[in-house]
Order: sequence, then C-alpha cells, then structure tokens
Amino acid sequence: MDPLILSRMQFGANISFHILFPTITIALGWVLLFFKLRYNATNDSAWMRAYFTWVKVFALSFAMGVVSGVTMSFQFGTNWPGYMQHVGNIAGPLLAYEILTAFFLEAAFLGIMLFGFRRVSNRVHTLATVLVAGGTTLSAFWIIALNSWMQTPAGFEMRDGVAHAVDWWAIVFNPSMPYRLVHMLLASGLTVSFLIAGLSALRYLHGDRSESMWKALRTGVFTAAILIPIQILAGDQHGLNTLEHQPQKIAAMEANWNTGPNVPLVLFALPDEAAKENRFEIAIPDGASLILRHSTGGVVPGLNDYPGNHPPVFPLFWSFRIMVGTGLLMLAVSWSAAFFLKRRHSLPRPLAMLMVPMALSGWLATLAGWYTTEIGRQPWLVTGVLKTADAVGPVAGSHVALTLAIYLLLYVLLLIAYLGVLVHLALKAAKDGDSSPLPGVMKIAMSQPAAEE
Amino acid sequence: MSYDWSTLLPLIFAGLMGLAILIYVILDGFDLGIGILFAAAEDTEQDTMIAAIGPFWDANETWLVLAVGLLLVAFPLAHGLILTALYIPVFVLLVGLILRGVAFDFRAKVPAGKKHRWNRIFFLGSVVASLAQGYMLGVYVLGLDVGVGGMAFGVLVAFCLAAAYAAMGAAWVIYKAEGELQKKAVRWLRTALVLTALGMAAVSLATPFASPRIFDKWFVWPQMLYLSPLPILSALLFLWLWRQTFHLPKPDDRHALRPFLTLAAIFALGFAGLAWSFYPFVVPDKLTIWQAASAPESLAIILVGTVVVLPVIIFYSFYAYRVFGGKATDLTYD
Repeated sequence: MDPLILSRMQFGANISFHILFPTITIALGWVLLFFKLRYNATNDSAWMRAYFTWVKVFALSFAMGVVSGVTMSFQFGTNWPGYMQHVGNIAGPLLAYEILTAFFLEAAFLGIMLFGFRRVSNRVHTLATVLVAGGTTLSAFWIIALNSWMQTPAGFEMRDGVAHAVDWWAIVFNPSMPYRLVHMLLASGLTVSFLIAGLSALRYLHGDRSESMWKALRTGVFTAAILIPIQILAGDQHGLNTLEHQPQKIAAMEANWNTGPNVPLVLFALPDEAAKENRFEIAIPDGASLILRHSTGGVVPGLNDYPGNHPPVFPLFWSFRIMVGTGLLMLAVSWSAAFFLKRRHSLPRPLAMLMVPMALSGWLATLAGWYTTEIGRQPWLVTGVLKTADAVGPVAGSHVALTLAIYLLLYVLLLIAYLGVLVHLALKAAKDGDSSPLPGVMKIAMSQPAAEE
Repeated sequence: MSYDWSTLLPLIFAGLMGLAILIYVILDGFDLGIGILFAAAEDTEQDTMIAAIGPFWDANETWLVLAVGLLLVAFPLAHGLILTALYIPVFVLLVGLILRGVAFDFRAKVPAGKKHRWNRIFFLGSVVASLAQGYMLGVYVLGLDVGVGGMAFGVLVAFCLAAAYAAMGAAWVIYKAEGELQKKAVRWLRTALVLTALGMAAVSLATPFASPRIFDKWFVWPQMLYLSPLPILSALLFLWLWRQTFHLPKPDDRHALRPFLTLAAIFALGFAGLAWSFYPFVVPDKLTIWQAASAPESLAIILVGTVVVLPVIIFYSFYAYRVFGGKATDLTYD
C-alpha cells in the first residue's frame, strides 16, 4: 500500500487513541477541584469519597495520555519529517511551550495530588489539584493554537520554502483558534460529565443510593445539561468561522456540489464524489442557506469552486453528522435526566440504562468532530502552505503497515482493559457505598491524628 | 567562529538537549530499572518497589518528551533523519513505554486475580523499552549504521544499558527500602554493576575505532591529557561503588543514597565523553548542530521560555521529591 495513506492512518490511529485521554483529564481535573472545594466548604465526607473514586479514573486516564503522548512526540519525526522542515519554526516554539509550561506542571503535581494527601497540608493538596487542572488546560491551549494555525495559518512569511515567524500574537491567536479552543474545552467538559453521569447511573442501577453516588450523579447530569446548549451555540459559531476561512470544508461537510442560493440541509445521503452528486438524498429545502447565511437566498459555497483542492466528501459529511447527532442525543438525555433529578429526585430505570452507554458519547462526538476538522483540512497539512503528501517520510510502506497493525491491536486491548477497569471501579464503589474506607483528611500536614471519621 | 546569536543559539540548545537526555537517563533509568528487577522480586516486595517510584515516574518520563521535543523544535532536520533511520527500534521503544506506563496504573486497579498479568506486562515493557534505548544508542554511536555490524553492536549496548538501568533501579531501592528487600537490592546492584562497567568500556572503545574523526579527538596530545580524568574518574567510581556493595546497608541506614548518586555521576561522566566525541555533530558525521538548527528567531523565543520555566520546573521537581522523601510505604491514594 501507499506509504502516504498508511502514514496518515497510523498517525490518525495514534492521535485518535491519544485524544481520548486528554479529553477526559482536561475537564476531570476541574471536576475533582470542584469536589475538593465542596469538601473544604461543607466538611461532608461524601464529597471526598466522590473525589477518591474519580481521582483513580484521572490517574489511569493521565497515564494513558502520557504514554500515548510520548508516542506523538516521536511520530512527527518518524512519519512527517517534512512537517518540521517546512513549518518547524512555527510549530517548534508552540510545542516547546506546551512541554515546558504544561507537561512538567501536570506530571510533578500529579504525584502530590494522587498520593500526597497525608504528606502535605490540605491547602497544598488543593493547590496541587488546581495546578494539575490548570496544566491540562494549558496544554490544550498550546496544542489547539498549533492545530488552528495549521487550519488557518497567520503571522508568518515564507522564505525559500520555509515558514518564518513574523508576529507571534497572530500565530497563537490565529483566526480559528479561539473558536476551536472553546469548542474543545466544552467537548472535554461534556465528555467528562457524561462519563461521570453514566458510571454513576451504573451504580444507581446496581442499587447504590449512597451520598457519594448522588453527588457524582448530580454533578455529571447538571454539568452536562448546562454545557450542551452552550456547546451547540459554540459549535455553530465555529462553523461560521470555518465558512469564512475554509469554505471548501463547509462545502464537503454539507455535501453541496454547486455554489448557489437556496441550498438544502442534507439529512441523509451517500455522497458520490465521482458522479459529483448525492444518492438517496433526504434534505430540508433551504436549510443549509438558513443555518449558514441566516436567509433562504444565502449563497453557500459548493465543491465545484474547488476542483482538486477540497477534502474527501463522504467521510466529512458523515463524521459531521455523527457529531451533531450525538450532540442532539446528549441534549435530550441530559435535560430529561436533569428534569427527573430536580423534580422527582430519582431516575427512571430506562433512562438510567440509556445513560450507561452514553458515558462514552463524549468520546464519539469528540472523535467525529476531530475527523471532520482534520480530514477537512486535506489535501493540505498546513492550509495553503504545505501539502500532506509533501511531508511524508521515506519509510517503506511495509514498515508502516506492520507497526500500524501492532499499534491497532495494542490500542484495542488497552481500551478493553481501560473500560473494564472503569466498570470495575464503579461496581466496587457501588458495593462499598458510603462504607468505603476514607483516607485520613487533614487540615495540617503529617504527624496530626488522622481522619474526620 | 564568531559569537553571534545564530552561532550561540544552536550551541545552547545542544547543551539543553544534552541536559534533558542526561536527566532523563538518570531519572527514568531508576524506574525502568525497577521494572527490570521486578522479575527477581516477591509479590510484597513488588508493591514496595512500585511505591518507591509511584509519585515520580510521570515526571521522569516527561524529560524524554522534553529531550525529543528539543530535538524536534531546535534541530528539526536531525529529528527527521534520526527517527526515520531508527523507525523500528523507536516503535519497539514506544510499545514498551506504553505497556509499562499503563501496567503501572492497571496493576493497582484491576481485581486482585488479574494483578499478576499486569506485573508481568510491567516487567516486559520495562525490559523492552530499556533494550530499545540501548540498541538505538549503539546504532547512533556507530553513525546510524544499520548494517550487520551496527546491529550486533546495538544488541550489545542494549543489554549493557538494560544492566545499567537495573543498577540504577537497585540503587534507588537501596535508598527507598528497608530490611530484606534492601539487602537483596545490594546484591542486585553488585551484579548489574559488572555488566554496566562492561557496557561503558565497550561503548568507549567502539566509538573512537568506528570513526577516525572521533579517534583524532581523543588520542592526540595534549587533548589526551585533558580528557584522561573522564575514564580514570569513571573507573575509580566503579571500583569504589563495587567495594561499597560489600558494606551496605550500613547501621542507621547511613549513606543509603550514595550508590544512586555515584551511579548518576558515572552516567554524567560517560555522557560527557559521548558529547565530546560527537560535537559538533547531531547526526554523526552528517549534520552539525548549526546545519540542523531552526531559525534563530524561533530558537530565541523558545530560549526565553526555557530560561524562565526550567528553573521553576527543577524547583518544583525537587519539592515533589522532598514530599515523597524517606522510605517507601504502601502507596495509597491519600
């Protein structure tokens, strides 16, 4: 097979596996801080139980993120040497700042956050939680800045085929960066709130009615219910930003073949790139024009304007629909769950059973969203600057295929083990309920007599 | 050689990268080593050994990300050349690091019956990662030679580096453990030390004889005189540490950290020797640090961040080590 497509598949597999875990840790850090602060304020040990259940998930997710992240730092060189040769002057400093300001901060204080409860004062432990949560968010900031720059490059000039930085502010805060950052942070928040709600629903189904279960369940459901409408709004704004800067991506997402007014919103279709048409199309008349231009006569860009210079239509069309569909399902589920929790103080069994698989809905939507935006950048690696085909390394296709197969096998096994542990932790917490042993909680470090109970 | 920024910056970054690699090898060396020694330890000892590295390993591995990151951002041409030449060993290293990293967390969280499986994976991943690093070092030393000779030498260095990491691991256990396990670690250290010395001697001899350029850097008067402290001091430290293993552990646990510090010093000396051999090349005999470097303005903006942040990183890393100082006890989430 072609080394280019194999390299893309391998990089895609690695980065897809990687992004699952930062998506959890970015927001889970802040949720843990919330649990910790509630405990500090109320002295209610149920908050601390919730903290200790979820800090284990955090530790495991963080470890998965670290090891898959190490893989990423090598893959730039092994798969895309041309990338750094051409845009290294831009990408380098952004990556360096991510490592220097975020990675070390997270890694150093994670130890204290996980194991340091008896060794430092409660205040320092809270501070460690703040620093870890801040570190994960900061690393999202830098990597999103770099990714957005690849989508909508700004603040540079080309000299002899190599990009040189001119304006760092323009590079970091490039046109799509604020939208993408907000969209991703909200995605992380939703992923975590559905994960917490889903695993708490699993505990609920197993008869666990402990205070720590209720606290986690409410936190998950209400956070999701609040974030999802904001996310829909932010996603819409992000789409309008893409329309302005990468119209060919929008054309492919909507499977719109010809530029013009009165473009329908296609709900279902099998886009056929060879025939330049949609088969089995079901569409709402004028829908796309209304959404993108806020008028039925609004002109929506079509693929005919970008011959040979637009992304593949089929994967874009469908990954976008999977993301939006998942988002709408999240809206329905989180609002009904919030309603029942608020009014009835209980969950109907069918809803709880739906919430358990929905624990992974955030992952699905996040991956679908990333596929939309990343495949949507093709055939460019850096829009208008560097084509993906020009960055691939000289490694033989057979090498890439072999390693890709092993990576995939490894990732599947690790995902099974990871999900198995999550379920195991939830069931164990359900069995222990409020009787689980609580590690000593202290206001003063060491040597003080332990524990609140 | 003029001393303007475009000359100085690549030099500074080569130094920073070297520092990151050295810190990585010393720090991740001891936790990889503990993984290697897992095979020789009992169940309860394994828990203590994990507790001795639990709070640190994430941060230790981050130094590898920094080292590779600096290679990537400061010497992008070299990053591409080296890593495509070492495509398969890099892949093996990554699989090893992935397995051991996650095994670390899984073994503590799975139902008790499955713990054994993750212990084995932790051992296997640590061994594979150490061997892969040693192999890469061997191949790099011979100028990225991937012929039969280069591969054979790579295999030799692979085993020696694994032994060196095992020695680091044993030294760390001596510092963090008590009783029977500590005594056991002293014996581990003695065995691993022999192999480590052998490996360092092999690399030291192979490097100059593989490249006439490197030969001329070492065996020319008066350089020979100035450089002689490197091998002599290393040999003395080896001998001294070897003798120490017959007196450890000492009453009141005095000098428990000494073996680790001595090994760190030996690593640093060996590393200085390698650095002298390869300077000014970042890809041996192909690319100098100036040919491979990024644009000065990009390096400058990274340097600003590094100068501000690196001391802070070192400061809070020390703090984290101090919080978890003393003997390792059961590792719990508290």
